[in-house]
Amino acid sequence: MDQAIETRGLTKSFGRTVALDGLDLVVERGQVHGFLGPNGAGKSTTIRLLLGLLRADGGKATVLGADPWRDAVTLHRRLAYVPGDVALWPTLSGGEAIDLLCALRGSVDRARRDELVDRFALDPTKRCSSYSKGNRQKVAIVAGLAADVELFLLDEPTSGLDPLMEAVFRDVVREITAAGGTVLLSSHILAEAEALCDAVSIIRAGRIVETGSLAALRHLTRTTLHVTTRVPLDRPEAWPGVFGAEVSDRTARLEVGADDLGGVIERIAAHGVVTLTSAPPTLEELFLRHYGDALARLDGEREPAVTR
Amino acid sequence: MTATWRLVRLALRRDRIVLVVWVVAIAGLAWGTVQSYVSLTQTEADRIAAAALVASNPLSRVFDGPASGPSVGAMSMNDGYKILGILTALMAAQAVVRHSRRDEETGRAELVGSAVVGRRAPLAAAVVVALTACVAVGVGVALAVGATGVGWTGAWAGGMAVAGAGWVFAGIAAVASQVFGTSRGANGAAAGALGAAFVLRAIGDLTGHVAPGGLSVVSAWPSWLSPLGWGQQVRPYFLDRWWIAGLFAGTTLLLVLVAAALRGRRDLGTGMVGAPHGPARAPAGLLSTTGMTWRLQRGVLLVWVAAMATMGAAFGSVGRTFADYVAGNDAMRAMLETIAPGAAPLDLYQAFLMAFLGVAGTGYTVQALLRMRAEEQEGRLEPVLATAVGRACWLTSHVLVVGAGTALVLGSSGLVGGLAYGALTDDWSGASGILGAAAVQVPAALALAGLVVAVFGLLPRWTSPVAWFALAAALVMGQLGEILELPQWLLDVSPFTHVPAVPAEPFAAAPLLWLGAAALALGALGFAAFRRRDLAIPG
Ligand SMILES: Nc1ncnc2c1ncn2[C@@H]1O[C@H](COP(=O)(O)OP(=O)(O)O)[C@@H](O)[C@H]1O
Ligand SMILES: [Mg+2]
Repeated sequence: MDQAIETRGLTKSFGRTVALDGLDLVVERGQVHGFLGPNGAGKSTTIRLLLGLLRADGGKATVLGADPWRDAVTLHRRLAYVPGDVALWPTLSGGEAIDLLCALRGSVDRARRDELVDRFALDPTKRCSSYSKGNRQKVAIVAGLAADVELFLLDEPTSGLDPLMEAVFRDVVREITAAGGTVLLSSHILAEAEALCDAVSIIRAGRIVETGSLAALRHLTRTTLHVTTRVPLDRPEAWPGVFGAEVSDRTARLEVGADDLGGVIERIAAHGVVTLTSAPPTLEELFLRHYGDALARLDGEREPAVTR
Repeated sequence: MTATWRLVRLALRRDRIVLVVWVVAIAGLAWGTVQSYVSLTQTEADRIAAAALVASNPLSRVFDGPASGPSVGAMSMNDGYKILGILTALMAAQAVVRHSRRDEETGRAELVGSAVVGRRAPLAAAVVVALTACVAVGVGVALAVGATGVGWTGAWAGGMAVAGAGWVFAGIAAVASQVFGTSRGANGAAAGALGAAFVLRAIGDLTGHVAPGGLSVVSAWPSWLSPLGWGQQVRPYFLDRWWIAGLFAGTTLLLVLVAAALRGRRDLGTGMVGAPHGPARAPAGLLSTTGMTWRLQRGVLLVWVAAMATMGAAFGSVGRTFADYVAGNDAMRAMLETIAPGAAPLDLYQAFLMAFLGVAGTGYTVQALLRMRAEEQEGRLEPVLATAVGRACWLTSHVLVVGAGTALVLGSSGLVGGLAYGALTDDWSGASGILGAAAVQVPAALALAGLVVAVFGLLPRWTSPVAWFALAAALVMGQLGEILELPQWLLDVSPFTHVPAVPAEPFAAAPLLWLGAAALALGALGFAAFRRRDLAIPG
């Protein structure tokens, strides 16, 4: 059993909204698996199905070899969940909320819990009602990451954290995988996934549209070359593997598919290279390719929603 | 100020359904009350008899208010005001808390506050929304009452009295929202103030004297300490005291100014009482499903036990006086004997009292069970059920605490009532009668609890409206069922109809066992449905 999570054709609708539309997701054990997609793509719905909080309309999900709906309670002893927008009991202190959630899960590592409270600079004596969004998030993160379990389901866990705390979060996740844990990390922050993940799956409108190791996915993307040559390039956009080119006199900017990089560089070399810089492919571009002009709409959705 | 108007529009949009329901329901109740008086008191002689009874009967002085003469309008507004005024006050207080303290709690205010919005704008918007809603209720009541043809001047005075109580409680809730750090605390404080206002008014009307002619009551001074008392003292269709509108408006203005000043002295998200800090580690008692549930449920239980014990003591201690009064008043006696013909006055009084307190105490059961829905709806249940806590286990812990709490709440009213009566009269067999009358209410309360659990499992969105409606229906059927001449099959729907009127009637186990069985069956249905359904998660 080397798959921590496996889903086949998972579907889920809320009334007329189709949230998941045949989702196939595989997370290998020991991985940090990035689960990327814009708001509304179905990330949280997937994770809630994996937790047995929602019931799938169709398809099959297996988590740590168990059925997340039928075996919820036994399964939950072996995993930890950090929601993206956690609601806490206003009259409990942060420390009480952490201890309560840990105790209800069953596995508490007191030393680890104290260490994390320290590292996230959380004041555990404050009442949850007086915490800011970022501090509420820290409570959820400490309560989840202090667990000594096999699998961590993290749903946009860093929303509201400042950059310093995000760095702490990344360190902690690395420690978890070093100790053999598996992490499913949903995010729409690509830099976070790039920094942490061994593999990513990209979800769009309830389906996985791309999945694989980061290296393999990078392969699908285009490298950007900035070159200055002795002889101006002659209509490089016609070369095989070049997807876009801007030439102004002897400098040029080319977008090159990963498979044709070698050939393109040979052709450039023939023009006498003065300088050459290449920008590595980023997930940003990968994203852009899958979402294209939908991205403009996506930016609109990221505005804080005032009405609910 | 532009920001305030934007927030007002936003709040009205969020509340468009709930406020309309409140307005329509309250106006409808006003209409129904007048209609029932129109049909019940056909002749002048009927009206005079009814007014004389209300003026002289201490129970009506406590639960209705000061009798104001024999006109249909005056009698129905006097009788109806308690419900209309209390409902409007609840609507107003909840609206203010919802748009001020509650938004801070959910972090919604953080988002709004980071936009260009004055520090006091959310509070101002909350108050504006609540006051506007009260005016809408007042106009609705006036139109509904006037439409029955009993005259327009009194109808507008009545509308003013209802809206005015709402205004003052909006102000009280605005202050409470600054003082308390949680919306539960602020709502609780407003409800407590409402309870105190009711008690002060009841004492003032009870200790007042009957005016010459015997058809109206002059209330004593405690009535004038209570906003509900002011509303009663408007006396529509009798005195039409318009100047009380100034009292309402002035008090409201003062309270709102106090709230604004307090808001200026505190940070977003904090309150003024309640330690801002707690323990860094949880005490061992908290660290289990039951420990968590107890922590969430204990506050409301303690408040209800205290309130019901006080009510029990107050009513228990006047038992002898009341029994003597009934013995000498044939009309009153005839009315009470509809419970159990030929029973002794004291037994009738105790059965009648506990039939009322039994339904009232079930208010605890409903409120405490709805905490489950709040936990789910506000997103606190999700992280809990993602741990090794099973759904059945979580539900069981709440149901057990609330079930035991129900017995405690009802039992304490009977026990303290019995002790108060016994200590004053030395008649300890009579004292045990009150405890028995309280105990037989428990299975009926649990049957209603079963219904709430069933709806929570099957139709979670409807839990709160169905639960409160069921309780209100049980109250109306129990108190007015005979007067309104409701058909027996309808009365039989209320579990409280089946409770034997102990001690006026002999004890009968069978109906109580049936009620227990209904509670179990409904509860089991709710459990099964809750284990099969999607969790409702906000956002
Ligand atoms: N409880 C719910 N009721 C109705 N619609 C929902 C519910 N939960 C999610 N949705 C809808 O399902 C879709 C996927 O949502 P979600 O899984 O939360 O996306 P993500 O986490 O990727 O932002 C969205 O269109 C959302 O509006
Ligand atoms: Mg989400």
